[in-house]
This record gives sequence, C-alpha cells and structure tokens, in this order.
Amino acid sequence: MGIFDKLSGWLLSIFGKRHVAIGIYGPPNAGKTTLANRIAMDWAGDVVGESSEVPHETRKIQKKDRIVIKQGKASLTIDLVDTPGIATKIDYHDFLEYGLDEEEAKKRAKEATEGVIEAIKWLDNLDGVILLMDSTKNPFTQVNITILGNLEARELPFIIAANKIDLNGSTPATLKSAFPKHEVVPISALNGVNMDLLYEAMVRKFGKKRK
Amino acid sequence: MEIKVNFISQEKLNGLGEQEKLKFILEEVRKGQILVLEQGLTAEEQAKLIEMTMEKVNEKFSGIEMESYMSEKQNFWGRLLGKKRARMTIVGPADKIKTVYRDKDVIKAVIVGKR
Repeated sequence: MGIFDKLSGWLLSIFGKRHVAIGIYGPPNAGKTTLANRIAMDWAGDVVGESSEVPHETRKIQKKDRIVIKQGKASLTIDLVDTPGIATKIDYHDFLEYGLDEEEAKKRAKEATEGVIEAIKWLDNLDGVILLMDSTKNPFTQVNITILGNLEARELPFIIAANKIDLNGSTPATLKSAFPKHEVVPISALNGVNMDLLYEAMVRKFGKKRK
Repeated sequence: MEIKVNFISQEKLNGLGEQEKLKFILEEVRKGQILVLEQGLTAEEQAKLIEMTMEKVNEKFSGIEMESYMSEKQNFWGRLLGKKRARMTIVGPADKIKTVYRDKDVIKAVIVGKR
C-alpha cells in the first residue's frame, strides 16, 4: 500500500467519505419511490421515478447515481437504487379495482412479477439497504421477515425506515418493538419529516467500511 | 367442505437439494396443496421460493401465501454456515390460505375451502 492510499484510508476513516450503492426495499406501496424522490430532490435536485397509489407502480429498478449526502464534515456518495415492491402474490384482479382495464391489469401483473425477481437479484449488487415499512400497517409480514432475514444473512448494513408517520394510525413504536435489535427511523417521505435523522443514520451506517 | 393440509417431515426435505426442495414445494402448492414444513426455510430459500413463484404466476395462479417463524437461535450447522432457519414454514396457494393476524408469537390464518 502506497503512502497516498494510507493517507486516503486515514482520511476516510475520519470523514467517512465513501461511494456506495444503496437500495430501497420493502413491500408494494410502502413509499419507496416517494423516499427515493425525496432523497434525490434534497441532494441532487431531481427525481428518480413516478409514484402512484396503484400498487406495483415501480416495476423496474430505477437508479440515480452519485448523490452526495453531507453531514457536517462527513459525506457519503450514493448510487440510489429504487426497487419494485416485493410480494409473494400478484393477482391482476387487484388492479381492476384501481380502474385499469383487464389488458392493462394483466400487463401490469406480468411486469410486476418480473420486478420482484429483479429486486431480489439486485440484493447481490448493494452495499446497504433502507428497508422501508409502512408504519400504519402490521410489520410482521412475511415480506418484511424475508427481506430482513436476507439482509442479515448477507451481512448488509441496513436501516429500517418507518414511513407514513404523517398519517392517522401510524405507530412507529410498534415497528421499534417488533425489531428491537435494529435501528428504526420514523419518517414521512412525503412531507420530509425526520429526513435529517435518516441522513444522519445513512452517513453513519453506510459510511463505515464493511468487514 | 374438505381441507387437506400436508405435513412434510424434516427427513423428506433434508433428502433434497435446495433447488429440488423449492421445486417440490412450489409444484405441490400449484396443485393446490397447503404444506406445513417441519423444518422451516432459511431466509435465502424463502427469497428463492418467491423468485420461483413469480416465474410461475399467471391468470390461474396468483402466487403463494407463506408464513415462517424465524429461529432466534442457530444450531451448530447454522452457525457454521451463517444461516438462520425458520422454525416452521406454512406455505400454500394465495387463493386458499390467508393470514389474518400475525405477531412475533402468533400466526392466525384462514384456509379457504371450496364447497
């Protein structure tokens, strides 16, 4: 190792400046694209994709590269990866309730299945994950348990973000008690509430060198 | 109304490789069977099963309902391989089994039978 590498390694250890790929994972309609857009708008003045109330709006991986998040003297450069929602079942009939015609619904269902596969495969390309859960819903779902188990098995650093705290019925404390061993940050991606806490956690957690 | 649930022994699943095991589970579920696995799936196996399920989803098969309790403690082989395994896994077709409540200790599911 040359003297330059040693010096840059020493500076990295102090200021934690790193370039990492961070994925946003969770079930459909947890607010993943809304969060990706919030992060991209806050630090790059741009959006990543369109969000919608219709489940499985995001059916392909969407990326925004080289977003620099700054926290005091530390900064973190991330390639932000917005993933399709993970589900164990996709029934095209569910989309008909949102006003889609049968052909559109079937097409959406097909694309959504491909999106789930792509999202799972992308776990192998990431340095860290924001696991996004809807704080108005029961956190003990199989999708949450499966994603969490995979992050633990891969030893990927992750933060659980309890989204939608602006809504009535939101209980972020339930998420904290459900996953006591993990860091849970309550946020509203839509209104930008507590995003400073999330950015602080991201720089701290994802800025560390992985073993 | 008759509802059939198949309890699959640990020995049966241990005799199969990962791919074979998941293929067996998915084929049974696609036939409409509800399975209770004595030895649950690892998180990676669960993710792989979701991937394989998504490849098979069509107008007649909408996917699976799966519920697992992950073990807090790992056995010797789990520690060695770094794999945490569910204590038990229930898996069935999404149109036949629906989870109505779940917390860290209780799973309540409804099995929908056809009259």
